[in-house]
Amino acid sequence: MIDKLIMYMQFTFVQYALIVGVLIALCSSLLGVTLVVKRFSYIGDGLSHVAFGAMAIASVLNLTNNMWLIMSVTIVSAILLLKTGQNAKIKGDAAIAMISVGALAFGYLLMNIFLTSANLTGDVCSTLFGSTSILTLTKEEVLLCIVLSVLVIILYIFNYNKIFAITFDENFSKSTGVNADRYNLLIAVMVSVIIVLAMNLVGSLLISALVIFPAISAMHLFKNFKMVSISSAIFSVLCAFMGMITSILAGTPVGSTIVAVNVVSFLLCYLTGLIRGRLSK
Amino acid sequence: MALLTAQNLSLGYDSNVLIENINFTVNPGDYLCIVGENGAGKTTLIKTLLNLREQLSGQILIGDGLKKNEIGYLPQQTELQKDFPASVKEIVLSGCQGRCGFRPFYNKEEKELVKINMDRMGITDLADRCYRELSGGQQQRVLLARALCATKKLLLLDEPVAGLDPKVTSEMYSLIKDLNKDGITIIMISHDIEAALCYASHILHISGEMFFGTRDEYMVSDAGKIFLMQQKGGQNND
Repeated sequence: MIDKLIMYMQFTFVQYALIVGVLIALCSSLLGVTLVVKRFSYIGDGLSHVAFGAMAIASVLNLTNNMWLIMSVTIVSAILLLKTGQNAKIKGDAAIAMISVGALAFGYLLMNIFLTSANLTGDVCSTLFGSTSILTLTKEEVLLCIVLSVLVIILYIFNYNKIFAITFDENFSKSTGVNADRYNLLIAVMVSVIIVLAMNLVGSLLISALVIFPAISAMHLFKNFKMVSISSAIFSVLCAFMGMITSILAGTPVGSTIVAVNVVSFLLCYLTGLIRGRLSK
Repeated sequence: MALLTAQNLSLGYDSNVLIENINFTVNPGDYLCIVGENGAGKTTLIKTLLNLREQLSGQILIGDGLKKNEIGYLPQQTELQKDFPASVKEIVLSGCQGRCGFRPFYNKEEKELVKINMDRMGITDLADRCYRELSGGQQQRVLLARALCATKKLLLLDEPVAGLDPKVTSEMYSLIKDLNKDGITIIMISHDIEAALCYASHILHISGEMFFGTRDEYMVSDAGKIFLMQQKGGQNND
């Protein structure tokens, strides 16, 4: 098995996949904690469906570089969704549900009407579950992913204290003169970037898992925000790495294997938390 | 000069006026209690004073060298804070965020301030505990320590004793009283008219008939008499 692994590791596409996978897992887990405690767990799902819709439009228009269109449409939706969180006529969860299902339906409709590919179902399926695209990355895509992920990580670290404060108590932050809207915008943009990147890895149906599972697992084990953030990043990277290795060795689909590993790690953390809680009583 | 002055303030949502013609002044060292029935607009008033929302008309003037972002705020607890994974220290530290401006990390001076204020609130030994595991009274102390990190002069408290048991409530009141004695001006919303009359130096009554004046003036005013009678009547019916 080790021999097989070493052999696979020599392929550039496997190396690319591992680099991209680990980076995306790291980024998505960073913002996961904020989204989960703000009750925005489903935003990843919603936005990824928007990204799917945008991708459908891009392929219908025959754009060669569809990244920019997808990215901008997703960012705009993220801003709208996070804005509705506070005081809108349509409440946050309903807004997310509307946008996500609407975008999914229109995306599929467009692809079905305008694309004459022989394997339409296969195309749609791979966009939804990210089955192969992670293994067919080009050098440019890998570079773009590295640049954007590093940017997200740096932005997160430099704004960590403000993000924490605003997540915990937005009104208090505003009262001390912090421009909370600007930081919410930053969070929205970062979430969108991560989601568009993550579509390649796990596909648009499973993105939420990357955002939510590491955060929830970490929240079962640790009790302060810093440790939760750090450990959620570590969990996420480990799970993504193990998931990818497993999928390469066992020939299973990449996205769903990563998510499965995440689910198992969550169960382990949940049990650990439970046992520790019992012991301390 | 007055620390804070409201002139002909009127508040509301969209075009619905909730309250109009609010006039009051707060001088350094005052202890102002805002009383009124539920839904009268007490929290809306506090949020307007903090610049969290716009007034429909009127003016809020601040003076005596107070800056808009130097007001300490103790909000009512939100649902999401109840399962928030954060340590006491992290939360108190977040009271210093206004001082940072664009600086991304807290400096030594701010960490020192956190220590002083945690000590002042008697929560130093809770520093590494998780916020969601604390009792209601301890949580309020944490939020009060955070508010103290944001101000040296003025605290705005929104129902600081909501949901606390009688013993903890009176501890909380005496804690606030001590802060007031140390020279911090207090503006507090309260349901508890008796405590308000016991501790406050001034009363602002904002439902039905508007009233602003000292505590003694309130006791003999019409607004005060009616409200006190209603409250007492209400308690007898319970």
